[in-house]
Amino acid sequence: MDFQFLIELTINGALTGLMYSLVALGIVLIYKSSGVPNLAQGAMVMIAAYLVWIFAGLLGTPILVALFMALVGMFLFGMLTERFLLRKMVGQPIIMVVMLTLGLESLLRGIGPGLLGAAPKSLDLGLDMMPIIIGDVFINREYLVGGLIGAAMVGLSLLFFRTRLGTKLRAVSDNHISSWSVGISVERAVAISWGLAGISAVAAGAMWGSVQGVDWTLTALLFPAVAVVILGGLDSIYGVLIAGLIVGILGSVIPGYVDPLVGGGTRDVVTSLIILLTIMFRPHGIFGREDIERV
Amino acid sequence: MFYRLSGIHHTRYESARALWPVTADRRIVQGLLLLAVAAPFLLSDLYLTSYMLPWLIWTAAALSLTLLMGVAGQLHFGFAAVMAIGAYTSIHLTRAGVPFELALLGAGLMAALIGCLFGAAALRVKGLYLVMATLAMQYLVEWTIINVPAISGGAQATLSTPDVTFLFIPLQSDGALYYTALLWTVVVTLLIMNIKRSSFGRALVAVRDKDFAASVIGVNPLKYKLLAFFASSFLGGVTGAVLAFCYYQAVTPEQFGFNVSIQLVAMVLVGGLGSVIGAYLGAGFVLLLPIVLTNLLAFVAQFDLIPISFNLLSHIPLMVYGALIIGVILFEPLGLAKIYDNIRKYFLVWPFRHTQS
Repeated sequence: MDFQFLIELTINGALTGLMYSLVALGIVLIYKSSGVPNLAQGAMVMIAAYLVWIFAGLLGTPILVALFMALVGMFLFGMLTERFLLRKMVGQPIIMVVMLTLGLESLLRGIGPGLLGAAPKSLDLGLDMMPIIIGDVFINREYLVGGLIGAAMVGLSLLFFRTRLGTKLRAVSDNHISSWSVGISVERAVAISWGLAGISAVAAGAMWGSVQGVDWTLTALLFPAVAVVILGGLDSIYGVLIAGLIVGILGSVIPGYVDPLVGGGTRDVVTSLIILLTIMFRPHGIFGREDIERV
Repeated sequence: MFYRLSGIHHTRYESARALWPVTADRRIVQGLLLLAVAAPFLLSDLYLTSYMLPWLIWTAAALSLTLLMGVAGQLHFGFAAVMAIGAYTSIHLTRAGVPFELALLGAGLMAALIGCLFGAAALRVKGLYLVMATLAMQYLVEWTIINVPAISGGAQATLSTPDVTFLFIPLQSDGALYYTALLWTVVVTLLIMNIKRSSFGRALVAVRDKDFAASVIGVNPLKYKLLAFFASSFLGGVTGAVLAFCYYQAVTPEQFGFNVSIQLVAMVLVGGLGSVIGAYLGAGFVLLLPIVLTNLLAFVAQFDLIPISFNLLSHIPLMVYGALIIGVILFEPLGLAKIYDNIRKYFLVWPFRHTQS
């Protein structure tokens, strides 16, 4: 019985963790190409979920069409954000960039629920609600689909970085000036990485929106996503997958046993501790590249 | 006009290094201080307690944070947690019968001790990683306060502040509360201004600009980073206690949440990093602009010209505040203090165009 409880927590935690990876992927894509920590990714996930809801719930288009429209919309949104906000921040201290993305976060958090109503909206992706039962273990079907999509998105981005465009992005992430010197448009590469982050936000928004409803609480996904990104390394795509699994499993197993003892809320504590311990002992994460600073 | 520099000759280093070397500046400061002291007689109770009082206390908080972020360059996204430690410590101390003056001191020390733990992360990492580490500590402190009944008085509980006297004056009337807050803000202001021109302040600036370079010229970065965290957390803790006793009068953990931390950083940034006048302007802007705009829109909504739903109205502060941060960072990265400085320099030589200082 006890062992089975552990298995159930582990499996559902791993799937949740893969869904965190979906959110974290956007942060890594942007950080890798431009060195900008995008703390507005949670809000972008929320906006993407609202977009899917507008097309599917309000206008009544089929879910696949709605998802496609949201993909296009968020790709443009990401590129526009880069063009009009982040491009002006090149060369500014990191605090300015961090606060700009946090400002964007609270702007979006006001606009989305402000214009569309604060009550949670349900997003139906046409998934079966029945849990899958293997042996005696219950697995949430939505989490399973979300986890698979998370793993698939990470795999796709790994493949993408082997294409011609992806190679350009890797060059840009290595060094902006040498990329310019071989004729790569750094601005366009960074804009595209923002667009890709928008696309991964749609995947995250659709899955999380279907799991917990579409409202401002989706922006709170930023916190576990930040833990995933820090643990995996800010510029590592493999890291997102592995760290997503670790954060998800620890964030499910530990609260499963400790929550009844202390009265709840340990998941945030586990996430905070993961961030803190990683920063104390291995600041660049498991797979991240270590910065070398010159005086 | 106001700022004529003619006739001002500094013949001694002391006078050139004075806090306000230009006479006109000194006059303006004196005038503002007089206005602040006279405020309870000039303003209605509503304006005094719901605008002036929070503005002063948040200014003190922004000043404490600007010492750390602006002067010493250590990013801190968990300052609300530091203030919460101060607030809760002071309440528990006064409840245990400790005089309020000592409780304030205790609040500062407790916040400074735990704040140094935040600083321990700064010894190893900086920049973005420091942001994340302090953010994680904000969550940890918040969770500890909520989940330890001995601190918060149980989940979902509010702790009301006991009746206390400060310097033999009972803190009951609006006036007494206001003057306590004013006194504390003036003390913090003078302290920060003087730190900025002392050797301690210059060492902090050296660490901010490049910690390796600072250690080359003989400034120990570890020591000064920790000292910066200690000093700033001490001030923040006392400010938290003043906030609890003079403004909230009943504290809950939500009043010191993550959003409050972001708001404090926004105050410092909108005002201008490391600037004293910027802390005043930034706190006023971040605190009051959303209120003013909401009131304005509520006023417009009365006429039914454009439909503004209650839901939209309740989200206006969030939007304004986000747009404000974005706008300031994009168009004036040095903050409102720089705008004030430009205006001041323009009038220094008015009606001529060019300035020399």
